[in-house]
Amino acid sequence: MRETTASKFFRVIVIVLLTVFTVIPLYVMITSSLKSLGDVQGAFTWIPHHLTIEPFVQIWSTVPLATYFLNSLVVCTIATLFSLAIAIFAAYAVSRWKFRGRSTFTTAILATQMFPGVLFLLPLYLIFVNLDQLLGIQLVGTQLGLVITYLTFVLPFSIWMLAGYFESIPRELDEAAMVDGSGPMGALFRVILPAARPGIVAVAIYAFMTSWGEVLFASVLTNGNSQTLAVGLQQYSTQTNVYWNQIMAASLVVSIPVVVAFLIVQRQFVAGLTAGAVK
Amino acid sequence: MSTTVLPESSRAAELLTDSRTTLANKPPKRRRPTQWLPYALLAPAIVFELLIHIVPMLVGIWISLVQLTKYFIANWSAAPWAGLHNYAVAVDVNQAIGKGLLNSFLITIAFTILVVGISWTLGMAAAVALQRPFAGRGLFRTLFLVPYALPLYAGIIAWKFMFQRDTGAINHILVDQLHLTDNAPFWLIGNNAFGAIVVVAIWRLWPFAFLMLMAGLQSIPQDVYEASSVDGARPFRQWRSITLPMVRSVNVTLVLVMFLWTFNDFNTPYVLFGSTAQPPAADLISFHIYNASFITWNFGSGAAMSVLLLLFLLVVTGGYLLFTNRRSQRA
Repeated sequence: MRETTASKFFRVIVIVLLTVFTVIPLYVMITSSLKSLGDVQGAFTWIPHHLTIEPFVQIWSTVPLATYFLNSLVVCTIATLFSLAIAIFAAYAVSRWKFRGRSTFTTAILATQMFPGVLFLLPLYLIFVNLDQLLGIQLVGTQLGLVITYLTFVLPFSIWMLAGYFESIPRELDEAAMVDGSGPMGALFRVILPAARPGIVAVAIYAFMTSWGEVLFASVLTNGNSQTLAVGLQQYSTQTNVYWNQIMAASLVVSIPVVVAFLIVQRQFVAGLTAGAVK
Repeated sequence: MSTTVLPESSRAAELLTDSRTTLANKPPKRRRPTQWLPYALLAPAIVFELLIHIVPMLVGIWISLVQLTKYFIANWSAAPWAGLHNYAVAVDVNQAIGKGLLNSFLITIAFTILVVGISWTLGMAAAVALQRPFAGRGLFRTLFLVPYALPLYAGIIAWKFMFQRDTGAINHILVDQLHLTDNAPFWLIGNNAFGAIVVVAIWRLWPFAFLMLMAGLQSIPQDVYEASSVDGARPFRQWRSITLPMVRSVNVTLVLVMFLWTFNDFNTPYVLFGSTAQPPAADLISFHIYNASFITWNFGSGAAMSVLLLLFLLVVTGGYLLFTNRRSQRA
């Protein structure tokens, strides 16, 4: 099929404009992270006068970034693993059984996407405080509360995407495994999970990225030593000086793990979306 | 592991005998012995959804019906009953609180329409532009997904730096390079703040539209385009009569999800403007309610506002799904 001049023109225009729009903030972020504090406090320049890697050294001492980094890593990894396991079981049930309450469950799951975060911010806080008093489980100011919150936040979309993915796997496959003597759980682990790997990777990346970027609950449910990057990054600007070069350097450092992970698996992510969401 | 469970052996035999018929004819149905299993599989998800989503929502509704101010926060179960008073205050547009809420609601509607509309347009344009293979396609696809992959706060902080009046890149372009104006404008305070937050929100959101639409376009077979091209259809005509209908189901979900996320957006104003200094021109509703609850310490009033917001979203979502279902049935 030939390409017309008009559509070629359209393609070039779209790509150029969107590239500029996408790249400018990234360019500003990278170059500013290599400037000295004096340079970022003066008028903006596209090309740095002096390149310095000092901001990348200073970020670790201005703010206890390493602690926050570790906290984020722990919270997001645990939340992702647990939500993935829970979502896999739930999606398996929804995609392979017709049972009473099935449509209520799927509707309720999608409806939670509507809830404004502010509606349950305070109630959740109060519930956590009460659980602490009743059972002695400390959920506010520790990572546990944040883990539970994040894993629940990502559950609805994960279940929905995985159920779609499982449905695209022919039932004959798990029926065959059951004929070979596996129970329903055996069929899940031996047949469905290996076949659904792209979908599972996509959901895991979604869960991790969502948790990594969450700000509102992170700022309310953590304090001091349990704070995560989303909160910690704001501390570069609440002091008497706004260390813009360090903010940009820290932003880059905390972005690299998720961006690299996402870009490595982006093909699987799109494949997962194609099967899960595009039906 | 499951073979050690007693009933399984009989089930296997049972399946063996009827598998031939089920495989060939109707979709296989599970036998009664495992009817409890789906509930067991759902149990963990239900427990967490109840604890984090459903129960807090019910508590939120209860809070909206009591007078929960700073005097009662330590002993919140003793807060006096307020009935619908909090709701009456929230919708009374002649008083300051109701007026503020209405104003914030209208700003949020304008914000949502602009952000979702433009993000969808950009996402669609990029998905179409990258639909057919060319050298460097993978590179642009990766580049366009970077804002989506970037942690939310990192991207917004970069924009916050660019919008600084004296040291930012935006004013450098507008004033020093393009000479559009002599006085460098403020972007994060005053009326310009609305434009600033719209741009930032679009920058964050459009890659998601691109991602979903790109996934949708991949499922359209290439020969449909070739056939219509033989029939003399021009690219725009092809887009309207092939691409759009084929990605309809993606669009239905995509627009709804983008609408809900954007309308409820809290993180963008929180990171862009800081936790206290919200410019009135960009007073988005989530942040408005957060202020009403946490800055003025009137949680009952804040809860009533968020219940109203939830009701609004329920009505819009319900209406939207009814409308799109009816259209797909007619089509």
